Parts: sequence; structure tokens; C-alpha cells
Amino acid sequence: MKRLALALTLIATPAFADGPIEVHLKNHKFTPSVIKVKANKPSMIILYNDDDMADEFDSSSLKIERVVPGHAKANIRIRALAPGKYPFMGEFFSKTAQGVVIAE
Amino acid sequence: MISSLIIVFREVIEAGLIIGIVLAATTGVPGRERAVTMGVLAGVLGACLVAGFAGELANLFQGSGQEFFNATILLLAVAMLTWHNVWMASHGREMARELKAAGHQVRTGERTLTALSIVVGVAVLREGSEVVLFLYGIAAQGGTSAAGMMAGGGLGLAGGAVVSALMYFGLLKVPAGKLFQVTSWLITLLAAGMAAQAVLLLQNGGLLEVFTGTVWDTSWLIRDDSITGKLLHTLIGYSEAPNGAQLLAYGATVVMILVLMRLVNAPAPKQAKAKHA
Repeated sequence: MKRLALALTLIATPAFADGPIEVHLKNHKFTPSVIKVKANKPSMIILYNDDDMADEFDSSSLKIERVVPGHAKANIRIRALAPGKYPFMGEFFSKTAQGVVIAE
Repeated sequence: MISSLIIVFREVIEAGLIIGIVLAATTGVPGRERAVTMGVLAGVLGACLVAGFAGELANLFQGSGQEFFNATILLLAVAMLTWHNVWMASHGREMARELKAAGHQVRTGERTLTALSIVVGVAVLREGSEVVLFLYGIAAQGGTSAAGMMAGGGLGLAGGAVVSALMYFGLLKVPAGKLFQVTSWLITLLAAGMAAQAVLLLQNGGLLEVFTGTVWDTSWLIRDDSITGKLLHTLIGYSEAPNGAQLLAYGATVVMILVLMRLVNAPAPKQAKAKHA
């Protein structure tokens, strides 16, 4: 799973933080799956679940567990983060739904 | 199948541990099976409702509905657990004494049963709504995987029930006189952990923005997402990196319950003495 996250890190174009970051969940995959935020500043992800099924945005390092129903959006607040990598996943479909927040 | 096993197992453990503690705390109180069963049924029913309205719920309060709802539910449970403990502080001793006799005084325990019934319902509601949403997704998907995932869910349910039962029977090994002491501590820490969790939810919902800095980080020792971390989280509110407001809520809840227990416990003998004088 770590390798998958790493692979995603290499492929995906990172989204930069300044205002809310829009993330889409489609076919149980996050786009973008690598989200860059400024360290030590709170930020917000607007997650659009484009799938039919609900999923849970889950990250123990971000301390967020947020159920997002199918075809719904959720505002996910990210606290001010120390520089580092904070992986997250869609818990119900964690095989494919993987991503990481990078604070720098 | 494995993923549904893990998800259901985890959620069942979280609710099951709380039920186990409630059952142990009400040892010998008549009607507790009914109260707990009612709590579980109400929780399951509520979980289906919550899952059905998850979309509407999430959109309330500028998109912070889910956090707000869960925080409210948790704080309700904290209040109920506090009430139970305070009530037990004044009646626990006599109940422990009369446990074997099972006299009519034990029936007074029924009053606190409603509170614990609500706690059980709330625990099942919170963990259950996730399970319902998840399993609903599986069912909606259809196909051959559904059977496997349902089997996984069943195994997860059974596994979670076994762990919770072990916890319950472990507690029953504690001698009757000490049992109330042990369960009241467990309930105090359970409530404190819930209060800290409620604070985190309010922070995530943007409804509380004080002392959000992480105070310490013990993720190198026990990670939140490990089974040990999950167990400790449910039992004593363990968090690998708690923030200031969470610690304050935790400490304040413990102090509040202990002080209330003392207050309720203390005046009773004095009044008795005054009567004799």
C-alpha cells in the first residue's frame, strides 16, 4: 500500500494550497491524490464524491474520519500541520482510494 | 471480504466494549438485559436512519453537520455516563452489599438503567451508521463480491462480539465488592475519552478553534490505527497526538465526575449523623 501511495506521488500532479483545494473521488480514486498545503497553516479540502457509493475520507495522521455519501461534497478542514506527509484513504475502498497531504 | 471483515470488526469492537462495560456495571440489576437490548435495537434503527440521511446530515451547518451531530451524540453519552457514575457513588455500596441477596432495594438500580440504555444506543448508533453505509454500498454494487463481503461482515460481527464478550467476562472475574469501583473508573475514563473525541470533532467542523496544537506524539509507541490503539481509544480515549483542547476536555471530565461523585457521596453520612444527634 505504501508503494502504491509512492507511485501515486510520482505520477500525479500536485495541487497547491491557497484557498480550498478541490478533490474528486471517482471510481474510488482521488484526483489529485497528492495535495500540497502550506505548513503551519490550516487549509480546506472540498471533496466531491462522484461515485454512486458513499466512502469515508479517513486519515489517522490528519485525525479525520468523514463519511461522504455518493454524489455529495464535503468540506474537510485540515488543521495547521507540521511539515511532513500525511496519508489519507477512502476507507470503504482503500485498495484504490489512496492519497497523501504534503505540508511544506 | 477482508476489508468488510476489518471494518465491521472494528466498529463492532468499539460499540461492543462499551456494551460490555455497561453490562458489567449493572451486574445484578434486574431488567438490564432488556435495557441493553432496547439500547442496541434503538441504536441499530437509528444507524439505518442516519445512514439514509447521511447526505442531508452532512450538509447541515455549512457542511459540518456530521461532526456536529457526532459531537452532540458523544456529549450526550458523556452526560449519561456521568449521571450513572454519580448515581452509583451514592447507591453503589449498598447495591454491592445486597448483590447476593437480590433484595428489592437492588431494583433502585433501574433508574440508572435508562441512562445506560441511552449510552448503549448512542454507541451502536455511531458505529452502526458507518457499517450500514458501508454494507449498503456493497449491496448496491451487487454481483458475486456481495456474498463474500457479507460473509466478511458476518465474521467481523462475530469476532467483535467475541472480543467484547471476553472483556465482559474478564470484568466479571473482579470480586463483586471491587466491581463497582473498577467499572466506575472505566466509565469515568470512557466518558473522558468521549469528551476529548467530541472536542476533536468540533475542531474538525470548524466550531471550536482553541488550543489546536499537538501537545505530544506517541505514534512511535502505539499508533491510532493499530488494533491496540483502537482498543485503548475506546476504553480510555487514547490518541497518538492529542491537542491542548482535547487534553483539557479529558482532564475536565475526569475532575468533574470525581468531584460530583465526592459531593454526592459526602453529605449522606453527615445527614445521617445529624439525624442521630
